[in-house]
Amino acid sequence: MTLEQEVELIRQIPIFSKIDPAMQKLLCFSSDRLTYEPGQVMFHVGDTADAAYVVIDGIAEMTVPTTAGEHIVVNTLGRNAVIGEIAIFGSVPRTATATAKTRLETLRIAKDMLVEVIRKNPDAAIEMIRILAERLANTTALLQREGSRTR
Amino acid sequence: MERSLFGFIIRYSKRDQLLIVPLVLASMVVYFLSLDLPKTIINQAIQGKSFPNPGSTATFLSIHFSLPAFLGGRPVSLFEGFELERLPYLLALTMALLGTIVFNGWLKFQINTMKGWMGERMLRRLRYALFDRVLRMPLPRFRRMKSAEIASMIRDEVEPLGGFVGESFVTPLLLGGQALTALFFILYQNAALGTMALGMVTVQTVLIPRLRRRLLVLAKERQIAGRQLAGRIAECVDGVVEIHAHDTSNFERADIAARLGKQFNIRFEFYQRKFLVKFLNNFLSQVTPFLFYLIGGYLVIVGKLNLGALVAVIAAYKDLPSPVKELIDWDQQRLDVQIKYAQVVEQFTDEDLAAPETQALIERPQLPQGGRIVASNLSLVDESGARAVDGISFEAGLDEHVAIVGPHACGAGELAQLLARLVTPSGGTIEIGGIDITRAPEAVTGRAIGYVGSSSYLFPRSVRENLVYALKHRPVTEAAYQGDAQREHAFQMREAVRTGTSLLDVNAEWVDYAAAGVSGPSEMEARIVEVLRVVDLDETIFELGLRSNADAARSGELAEPALSAREAMRERLGSLGIQDWVERFDPARFNRNATLAENLLFGTPIGKTFDIENLAKNGYVRRVLQETGLLGDVLRTGHKLAETMVELFSGLPPGHEFFERFSFIRHEDLPNVKAILARAADVGLQGLDEPARNELLGLPFKLISARHRLDLIDEAFEVRILEARRYFAAHLPPEMKGAVELFDPARYNNAASLQDNILFGKVVTGRAEATARIGALLRQILDELGLRPLVLRIGIDYQVGVGGARLSAADRQKVAIARALLKRPAVLILDQATALLDPASQQRIVSRILEYRKSQSVLWVLTQAGMAERFGRVLVLDRGRLIEHGAFDELKCAGGVLHTLLKSD
Repeated sequence: MTLEQEVELIRQIPIFSKIDPAMQKLLCFSSDRLTYEPGQVMFHVGDTADAAYVVIDGIAEMTVPTTAGEHIVVNTLGRNAVIGEIAIFGSVPRTATATAKTRLETLRIAKDMLVEVIRKNPDAAIEMIRILAERLANTTALLQREGSRTR
Repeated sequence: MERSLFGFIIRYSKRDQLLIVPLVLASMVVYFLSLDLPKTIINQAIQGKSFPNPGSTATFLSIHFSLPAFLGGRPVSLFEGFELERLPYLLALTMALLGTIVFNGWLKFQINTMKGWMGERMLRRLRYALFDRVLRMPLPRFRRMKSAEIASMIRDEVEPLGGFVGESFVTPLLLGGQALTALFFILYQNAALGTMALGMVTVQTVLIPRLRRRLLVLAKERQIAGRQLAGRIAECVDGVVEIHAHDTSNFERADIAARLGKQFNIRFEFYQRKFLVKFLNNFLSQVTPFLFYLIGGYLVIVGKLNLGALVAVIAAYKDLPSPVKELIDWDQQRLDVQIKYAQVVEQFTDEDLAAPETQALIERPQLPQGGRIVASNLSLVDESGARAVDGISFEAGLDEHVAIVGPHACGAGELAQLLARLVTPSGGTIEIGGIDITRAPEAVTGRAIGYVGSSSYLFPRSVRENLVYALKHRPVTEAAYQGDAQREHAFQMREAVRTGTSLLDVNAEWVDYAAAGVSGPSEMEARIVEVLRVVDLDETIFELGLRSNADAARSGELAEPALSAREAMRERLGSLGIQDWVERFDPARFNRNATLAENLLFGTPIGKTFDIENLAKNGYVRRVLQETGLLGDVLRTGHKLAETMVELFSGLPPGHEFFERFSFIRHEDLPNVKAILARAADVGLQGLDEPARNELLGLPFKLISARHRLDLIDEAFEVRILEARRYFAAHLPPEMKGAVELFDPARYNNAASLQDNILFGKVVTGRAEATARIGALLRQILDELGLRPLVLRIGIDYQVGVGGARLSAADRQKVAIARALLKRPAVLILDQATALLDPASQQRIVSRILEYRKSQSVLWVLTQAGMAERFGRVLVLDRGRLIEHGAFDELKCAGGVLHTLLKSD
């Protein structure tokens, strides 16, 4: 896939859709294309975060370990999804483990590039907030379900 | 060392000086003859006084003269001589004159050569003696002396002394003799003229030196200013980081400019005086002939002097001022070098200089074998008069591990240096295994004690050389010489004896393998790896071995294993089904994970000729592109690349890190590139001028298709690059063959690192963690093939750079500790040696070293009191005093100083 195709793809993603075309191109150019094999771990919970990922193709699974040593699946993400942005903006370690469920193609966006994009584009920032809010709602719901099940 | 220069010269060159004297005296006689002969030629042969008749003859070579009147005036005859007619007589006389000239020249040549030898020998002796003193100076002295000043003194300042030594006695003798001969000759011819010449010379010799007195003061100032300038420049070089960090470059500029100005002033005054003196000197010597012509001419006219005598007097006088002048110069030079000598020697004189016996070469000194370390009432008064160590007494077994802790400036560092006998105690004694360390020679302390301070020095050689440095106490095996080398060596030894320099041969084998507990070089490898592992450096060295270019001398040893590892790697990647993780260099295929430059050269550049930055300007590369029709493609690609870069990076502020990381164009070049693009839009690519085309041509060489994903190199372009690659290799001019080592699947590449040789390709981009996994695989294969020792060996050959700067500060310390471990000292003293390391590595290294030195003495000055827990015995110091002493567990809860230290850790 060439840079031009990646730019096309980036435009489909709400966070990046409204930013300046030159910025979109720079975003792609400065990012790495990374392919993961099924089962390969992208990052572990607790790792320090240096990048976020955009899923180009395939499915990734987000899990968190419980005290009992099990792994709860908190999210499954597919095409056009953004992975790993919480740790970047929260300056906290990774909150979940990301694993490739299928063969997974991603665009790895370095932390400083993503911060640059958000800083320059209010639309992208709002979109980011929307995603984070959705994640929070999701997790809260999950916790409620888990809580009622164990009780 | 002799306080005065002449003392030094007489003591060491008396014999050589005396050997020249006969030659000088002989030259005086010849010189007198060369003055006297012209008179005879004119008076007897030319004017024909001896030939009253055409057939008469004269006596040639009859040696007879009248003694001066005060000796009785009796004629003396030594040889009757030959009878010759007038013309043959003239011929014989002129031939004799020629003979004296040649003989005199030969004598001068001999004298000068001997003087030169003598001077160089004395210079060699002096420099060696000064260096010897540097090695014997007490350590605190070096806090006051700048290394550059010491070097400047030994190298530059004593240089004129060498020249002077040869002149010191011979010149006054020769020149004085010459002047006296000439004066005597003139007096002998005519008393009046002689007195006149004598008067002028006297004025010269009295007046000129007086005028020159100020010059000496200036010369001394110049010497000191020059030395200080050298010191300041060295300071700036050493402190260059501080200069940049604090923006003080202009302050330093001002300082150096002021110093240069001061030097200029000194020199300006110096030259003014020097040339004034010269003028006077010249005037005085040239005014005399004027008097000779006037008065001598009058005397000839009135018949009181013959013409031949006047010509001879004038000729003799022509030779008089120059010896006198040179004699005055000599005197000047004497005063000058005497000052220099005194200046330099003063700097190297120190009452605390170690006695030569302390550093004497001892084959097998008696070293402590077990027993105890006993320190009694140790004290050290530092330069400010404070008691840095104050009455410390303790005992510890040579099988014990002792921790020394204390608050800041507690005197632990000084105690460590005392125990290592790097400084001499002001009072008290130290015994190690029954040997009095304060009095023992360095042959004992340097072998029995291993000391590592907090920032150790590494010599700019390989890691190996730095490690075995600690074993070079004495030449163990003499070097073998044959033929010319043997003669040369014998000559050097004779000269060394004559000049009192060291007779030890630097080419001998100095590494004492036995001291390291091994039999020879091959076992030494294993020992080195062992100590590197103890200091946790083996992985770093392994990495260096993998990534650095091996010494070309090792290529023979490396080629085969590297090629088998290359093959094994290829097979392993295949069997794991990940062969597409590495894109190998295939002569017939374009490598999409390599740069365009690598694809074109298909080799590793050596030196700057084919450096990626210079490719566009390289004439041969241009020819290759032209001949294969690629020039247009590359230019168009460069143009597109420039457009993309301008589009992507124009919006970023200058200095943004993305320029460094991603852009093909630096921010400061952007306006220029924009201008080129604008012009290209007007006149087309072909219409651009040469610099603009070069700019665009240079861009695509760094392009990596797979990584940059710009889609600028299509398949047809790839095919043409392959053609260009073949053309490049086939037509490479012979003079450029050494500038690139071509990739060959069946050959080891000397210019590339071992890692690149084994991979023989590029790890593909876009595979998550491919680099890490391939790296792990590579190590696994090296282990399987048993190549780890070989890689370590290459790593041990790694050049550490000036002061070890090519290693991290922590790694430098590790090398220094390994160096101390290698010589297996009876006592290992570590003075905050790991303070530069992070806490986790410190913990690890402390455990490993203590484990390695089990039942062997270790004294460790710790920065973290908590680590003292691992030591059998703890000394707690405060303000130079030993305040607690015992086992860690006893001291830690006693509520004493250790307790407080532990809490503040």
